[in-house]
Amino acid sequence: MAAIVSRLERASTRAAPRRATADSPALKWTLLTLALGFLLVFLVLPLVAVFAEALRRGVGAYLEAFQDPDTFAAIRLTLIVAASVVPLNLLFGVAAAWAIAKYEFKGKALLTTFIDLPFAVSPVIAGLIYVLIFSAHGWFPPEAQQVLFKPFAAASGWLASQPGFLWLDPLAYWFEQPKIIFHTTGIVFATIFVTFPFVARELIPLMQAQGKDEEYAAVTLGASGWQTFRRVTLPNVKWGLFYGVILCNARAMGEFGAVAVVSGKIRGETTTMPLHIEILYNEYLFVSAFAVASLLALLALVTLVLKSAIEWAHSRRHA
Amino acid sequence: MKLRLFPVLAAALAALSLAPAAHAQRAARPVELLNVSYDPTRELYTDFNRAFAAHWKKETGQDVRIRQSHGGSGSQARAIIDGLAADVATLALAFDVDVLHSRGQLIPADWQSRLPHNSSPYTSTIVFVVRKGNPKGIKDWPDIVKPGVAVVTPNPKTSGGARWNYLAAYAYGLKANNDDHEAAKKFVGDVYRNVPVLDPAARGATTTFAQRGIGDVFLAWDNEAFLALREFPNEGLEIVVPSISILAEPPVTVVDKNVDKKGSRKVAEAYLKFLYTEEGQDIIGKHFYRPAVSEAAKAKYASQFPAITLVTIDEVFGGWAKAQPEHFGDGGVFDQIYRR
Repeated sequence: MAAIVSRLERASTRAAPRRATADSPALKWTLLTLALGFLLVFLVLPLVAVFAEALRRGVGAYLEAFQDPDTFAAIRLTLIVAASVVPLNLLFGVAAAWAIAKYEFKGKALLTTFIDLPFAVSPVIAGLIYVLIFSAHGWFPPEAQQVLFKPFAAASGWLASQPGFLWLDPLAYWFEQPKIIFHTTGIVFATIFVTFPFVARELIPLMQAQGKDEEYAAVTLGASGWQTFRRVTLPNVKWGLFYGVILCNARAMGEFGAVAVVSGKIRGETTTMPLHIEILYNEYLFVSAFAVASLLALLALVTLVLKSAIEWAHSRRHA
Repeated sequence: MKLRLFPVLAAALAALSLAPAAHAQRAARPVELLNVSYDPTRELYTDFNRAFAAHWKKETGQDVRIRQSHGGSGSQARAIIDGLAADVATLALAFDVDVLHSRGQLIPADWQSRLPHNSSPYTSTIVFVVRKGNPKGIKDWPDIVKPGVAVVTPNPKTSGGARWNYLAAYAYGLKANNDDHEAAKKFVGDVYRNVPVLDPAARGATTTFAQRGIGDVFLAWDNEAFLALREFPNEGLEIVVPSISILAEPPVTVVDKNVDKKGSRKVAEAYLKFLYTEEGQDIIGKHFYRPAVSEAAKAKYASQFPAITLVTIDEVFGGWAKAQPEHFGDGGVFDQIYRR
């Protein structure tokens, strides 16, 4: 919200010198009231309501909501999912943006279109695709997964049995009995699907606008590929990258539809925060439901503040 | 010198896949059970699981952790077939368990004879919930098809309770029209014409009616009805008992293929048997389900259940195997009347 307010302020100061010649003050104030009123009714009030409902029975009851092991597990799972999804999408986003912006190849338009696919496809379908592929009667059922992963299971099992490598045991266990659907893995897959455009979408226009000249210069001066990327490309797209990562993270934590389809709703095991909020709400535990919702909203607010900070820092650099 | 990495790795992996899997010592995990159930049993099983875990610990000294998953009965059956690793399935009606055999090959055909009382540790029925003071004067089935009465019931395609609702309405339609099926279909069609929203599962419908304030009459499991009254004491909701309703028998089963794979058959079977003990039946009664076997629990909770004429699915509809495709299958009676 802070971002929008600051943007509004910026807009209004910019409009000020034109006031005498163009828009009437009445129009300006009408538009401003309309925008702020809209914001108040549809954004601020619901947000306030979430916190008010969460704190209705006092801070004690609010904190008690987080004592529930299932709530704790939901928060943990949400963080695990975000921590797995964001780096993967960062990698993919940079690779895709680089390929699209810096190279000419056949099917470039197609790739660009495909990156936008998750924006166009309903999250429910994203979830169902994975059910179709990985479920017991899917194209790639658990039995087939077990056969395919057998060498990996053996390798990681052997490695985990070596001193100092015990931490690899969960991985070995997963390879031995691969679980995708109704498991954290499936939730991560579905979340990757719905969040993968965020980083790439931010980077592509930025990289395209910057062109290849600076990279050419670096290469001419004898820089290696990695040096060029780290010293020339990365600093140029840094802010876009941050911005994409933040949006990707926000969506990864908040996704409901796609995750609901692949989750199986096993409490304390495959329920992320958004799913857990729905469960609590449906069990008449309104204070707990809104307490968890307020935490999720807080995460979103932190994200938004970070985003504004980055915008601010960015605009100062270019001012 | 450049090592050719790929062939070396491939050879190593191939060698390892032949070797017996060497394992790090895995700490013995406590036994885990996953109970995949229908929507309104959340509170029942939260309570019951606690009691069973204590019982099992006392009997065997072993810790058992029971996980729960709830949703519309039909969708839950679908999830189990798709690979949700349920040790026990406790669903709203026998047909949804039958598909675990017919479509999933997860349980034997004779699953229902493995436990007493058709594998149904409790029964339930369908009643009406109306708003404070019953402003629309709803007393029986004919009142809910009147124009201007909004009826809340979930979607029979996904919810088990909704199918019982539908069948109860149909049974009334038959009785009121001398067993004329066309007239009964018309009556049920009139009921669904008054439904503003079909929730996917029973609990969603309860919140639609009680929390969001939509509708004049809510067709509900009687346990959901009692729960709604208790959770929303300020709403002044009232239960109306219709002249005729249906005897619902929600069955339970061990999912054989899953427990044999996991090695949890013993504890899973004990879990279901515990539902039939005095302690289990008492918890069932406490949560407004009707105990099926324990005379003591039946007597203790008899007063909380209204007397009501109940018909069974076997006598009116010829059992679930016949009723499900006929009424709820693709292009079945429900599809015909809901489209009309």
